[in-house]
Amino acid sequence: MKAEVIIPILIPMLAGALCLTCWRWRLVQRWISVLSGAGLLVASLVLLHKVQHDGIQVAYMGSWPAPYGITLVADLLSAIMVVVTGVIGLAVAVYSLATMTRSHEAFGYYPLLHLMLAGVTGAFLTGDIFNLYVWFEILLIASFGLMILGGERAQMEGAIKYVTLNLISSAMFLTAVGLLYGYAGTLNMADLAVKLNGPEQSGLVTVIAMLFLVAFGIKAAAFPLFFWLPASYHTPPVAISAVFAGLLTKVGVYALYRVFSLIFVQDTDFTHGTVLMAMGIFTMVTGVLGAAAQFEVRRILSFHIISQIGYMLVGLALFTPLAVAGGVFYIFHHIIVKTNLFLVSGVMYRYHGSYDLSRLGGLYRSAPWLAALFMVPAMSLAGLPPLSGFFAKFTVIKAGVLEGHWLMVAMALIVGLLTLYSMVKIWAEAFWKGLPDEAKPLRGQQDPHLYVLYGPIVVLALITLTIGFGAEWFVQLAMATAEQLLSPAGYIEAVLGGSQ
Amino acid sequence: MENLFAFVVGGLYATALFMMLRRSVVKLVIGLIILSNAANLLIFTSGGLVRGAPPLIPEGLYQPVGAIADPLPQALILTAIVISFGVLAFAVVLIHRAYEVIGADDVNEMKSTDS
Repeated sequence: MKAEVIIPILIPMLAGALCLTCWRWRLVQRWISVLSGAGLLVASLVLLHKVQHDGIQVAYMGSWPAPYGITLVADLLSAIMVVVTGVIGLAVAVYSLATMTRSHEAFGYYPLLHLMLAGVTGAFLTGDIFNLYVWFEILLIASFGLMILGGERAQMEGAIKYVTLNLISSAMFLTAVGLLYGYAGTLNMADLAVKLNGPEQSGLVTVIAMLFLVAFGIKAAAFPLFFWLPASYHTPPVAISAVFAGLLTKVGVYALYRVFSLIFVQDTDFTHGTVLMAMGIFTMVTGVLGAAAQFEVRRILSFHIISQIGYMLVGLALFTPLAVAGGVFYIFHHIIVKTNLFLVSGVMYRYHGSYDLSRLGGLYRSAPWLAALFMVPAMSLAGLPPLSGFFAKFTVIKAGVLEGHWLMVAMALIVGLLTLYSMVKIWAEAFWKGLPDEAKPLRGQQDPHLYVLYGPIVVLALITLTIGFGAEWFVQLAMATAEQLLSPAGYIEAVLGGSQ
Repeated sequence: MENLFAFVVGGLYATALFMMLRRSVVKLVIGLIILSNAANLLIFTSGGLVRGAPPLIPEGLYQPVGAIADPLPQALILTAIVISFGVLAFAVVLIHRAYEVIGADDVNEMKSTDS
């Protein structure tokens, strides 16, 4: 039994349970929440260290060997994702100390947040495809609760779309699992990889692969399945939007990376080269065009999530070591940057009481530090050197050039420019231009909790800078991850080797 | 038996889709309920149907004798039923609350957050 693999799931789960028992003592809940965020970060760093030095870690639940029992597997991709979850969990726990109102806390914000984090880490660590479904449902139902916290009209409308689309995606996931079990007779991912990649597979496998693609594509908000995202992500309180924006769609992307590198590699010309590539390119373009048309900060940011998902899908679609490494780099860079941008938008709201760019202005004069802190994630998202986004985009595009996929390269470059355009739009409207007359007066400076809000933003910006300036180390890590993903023999050996 | 189940599953998927495409939110949720049950039945069918053969191993042996029912699909469905029940209970509360806040059952009235 490898405790390192289980602890990152146990910590948020226990924290959620403890918060439930301390329902009336909100101060206790806050402390539990911050401590568990820190604990999760430490545990995930231990796990990453262990995986880097001792190889893939496997834990058999109930000591049932694979493929009979449920296995938890931590390879490099899982470990990296868990580390990023820890970073975001801690940052959001601290940020919510100052932004969550009394009523949000009274209706169970902290328990829901931690149960959602438990679902996310569980989904990253599981090695069984039905178990993946169960973790997805855990994180979904917690996120449903978070989505409607506060109960405003916009939240209800957003939640109905969010809930419906996610339930349809879950039903599709379950259908695909059923067909897969009927075909292969197993649900352990490593075992499936062995059984499905023998000689002579029927076309049914590709059909099942496409079902999984649609199910995970809805959760990842890929083209043409993303319309629930811009309709719902900007409605909840900003700390919740931030954690949704950073983590939840990336769980879908992670699931795509997992099944399309391990299990469904029979017909890569069709599944990766055609379908995923088309999906990725369209996701990039439609997302950024949506962002360019919007005039509300959080809506712009929501559309950018979609556009960046496209880059990750393109990385998977090219399916070369460099491209997959670029995609992995993109995932962890983007989670941090996007969460940070949402957190910054929350501080902007603190100053002028609006997310609408036409009602914002003059922030450069009133909050110069916020302006500097906004520039770091914004320019990183747009891909300006030497920030983290540049290396992520550069790796993906370089892989495209090496493969000679010029259409994708051209689209990626154009989308990068348009991203820059919409980030500059936020900059010019919110920070640069004067404050419009009808806008509310400044109220941020009287806010005693402002330093609590700046804390996580500064730390996340520093992480972005670290990834940018220490890119060598992170690119190496992403390359090692890609190697591991593209040669699944090691994964299969680690999971099934213990039982034979 | 499998043929009958195939028709039932197909019928349920069709009904679910039809209900979900209506404009009423109540019918949308009914469609979702039917959809999740259709997926459960599909797992059950594709796992193989065996009648009246419990997966028990006689004493002293390590392998079952003769044909047995595969217990795994049943375990999967049991889990899936519990999960979908919880999620759908949430969905029912959500539409009730949404009806109170928005004052309409029509999805066409819920476009203010679309962009």
